[in-house]
Amino acid sequence: MNIVEHVGSVVIGTAKQVGNVLRLFFDTIFWLIAGPLKNKSAKKDSIFSQMVFAGVGSLAIASFVSFFTGIVIAMQSAYQLSRFGANIYVAPMVSVGLARELAPVLTALVVAGRVGAAIAAELGTMKVTEQIEALETMALSPIRFLVVPRFLALLIMLPCLTILADIIGIFGGFLVGVFNLHLDPYRYITFSFKFMQWKDVWTGLVKSVVFAITIAMVGCYMGLKTKGGAEGVGKSTTLSVVTSFILIILFDCLLTGLFYFTQK
Amino acid sequence: MDKEIVVKAENVIKKFGEMTVLNGINLEIYKAETFVIMGGSGCGKSTFLRHLIGALKPDSGKVYLLGKDLGALKEDEMDLVKKKIGMSFQSSALFDSMTVGENVALPLKEHAKLEKSVIDIVVKMKLELVGLRGFEDLMPSQISGGMRKRVGLARAIVMDPQIVFYDEPTAGLDPIVAGVIDKLILDLSKKLSITSVVVTHDMKSVFSIADRVAMLYEGSVLEVGPPEAIKKSRNPIVQQFISGSPDGPIKFFQQKDDYLEQLMR
Repeated sequence: MNIVEHVGSVVIGTAKQVGNVLRLFFDTIFWLIAGPLKNKSAKKDSIFSQMVFAGVGSLAIASFVSFFTGIVIAMQSAYQLSRFGANIYVAPMVSVGLARELAPVLTALVVAGRVGAAIAAELGTMKVTEQIEALETMALSPIRFLVVPRFLALLIMLPCLTILADIIGIFGGFLVGVFNLHLDPYRYITFSFKFMQWKDVWTGLVKSVVFAITIAMVGCYMGLKTKGGAEGVGKSTTLSVVTSFILIILFDCLLTGLFYFTQK
Repeated sequence: MDKEIVVKAENVIKKFGEMTVLNGINLEIYKAETFVIMGGSGCGKSTFLRHLIGALKPDSGKVYLLGKDLGALKEDEMDLVKKKIGMSFQSSALFDSMTVGENVALPLKEHAKLEKSVIDIVVKMKLELVGLRGFEDLMPSQISGGMRKRVGLARAIVMDPQIVFYDEPTAGLDPIVAGVIDKLILDLSKKLSITSVVVTHDMKSVFSIADRVAMLYEGSVLEVGPPEAIKKSRNPIVQQFISGSPDGPIKFFQQKDDYLEQLMR
């Protein structure tokens, strides 16, 4: 195969995949809206258990990551700022950096690794053991039954986790500021919030919503298209994590650009 | 013959890439009969079954189920047809996250507006039919393969379907459980007038349950008829399949010349 053909087939293949994921997304939105109208909404207990798994289950790891990230940003920025005697600016560095960027992205990466992989593995196993086909044969839509609860759970829980990560990360930075840089705690907190605008928080949350949709759709799509037994499930799981990671970073860059260039 | 036709395949052709899996299949299945589709592994019988339940669409040709052309149905209409059929899967396809009872109850819960207490009773009755009453609260991972298959069967018949499709219902089961399942299929047909369409290569099962048998070979129907006629068939392929002889027109091994050539390559 010559290089043109190869590039062509990769581009067409990728375009097809993107098309399929978008179709799954629109089908999910359809069931989300039309389901309750047709009296065929997703099961409440299923949504609840997914929320517990995706949200409550990720609390510890998300807190852990953001706590230490807060500490690290505080130390790294203190290293630079102390030269100018501007140690107090560590506080807004930490709070704004976390809210705008690090809390949404790192939490999304953690959740993609934990929840996205689990979704792909579970749906993939269901696919190769004919369970998805069984649902369809019973005239039950796998999208309504399996995708919508996972989608909703991530859509609700990832922004919540992000807010929590904001708070815990800021606390991590606070510890460095107070105990290492000997800043006044009250002043630290005042500075943290003085420079953090409402916009910093909501842009972070918009990101986390986009990331939640990405993780849910990629995980479900990879799971539902699994073929070929245990090996296939392994491949889908890996592919779901890798694809989610790439898309999260990509969307992060796009959204940051969007917010940066439209600020006025 | 004015028997009611419930399943009809008209010149069904299916290709996966270059490979033709179904090569123009024509079949009619009548109400309340037990129709067995037999054939070797890879002859396309499971693929054909998936066309009959609407899980796969033919490249050309038509499939009629209960008088409806599956290719022309909208999703809602297809769902109505699906509620009148049941399918027992080869791997039983129970949902691992639900108990045995919840698995069997699921179609009822979703499609029938019944009180929970009524659903519980129906589930117990269907589990009783397959000899598994009292196992409602176990998870599928806690029961044996044969039991899982029977639960799958109970789930397939919980909506009182008009047609039940079985994909290799006795494969991988011990002879007694296989016998129990065969008897169950017969009972459903004879007592409840359910049409059974069974895909299998278990010869013992074929001749104990079938009203009519179709032999599939390389994506085509080789012969259709009552089991006695199939037994007496003069077609060497059918005979070899029934006797399970390694020698005959169905080649399992490659030709000797090819083999030598491949070894030396």
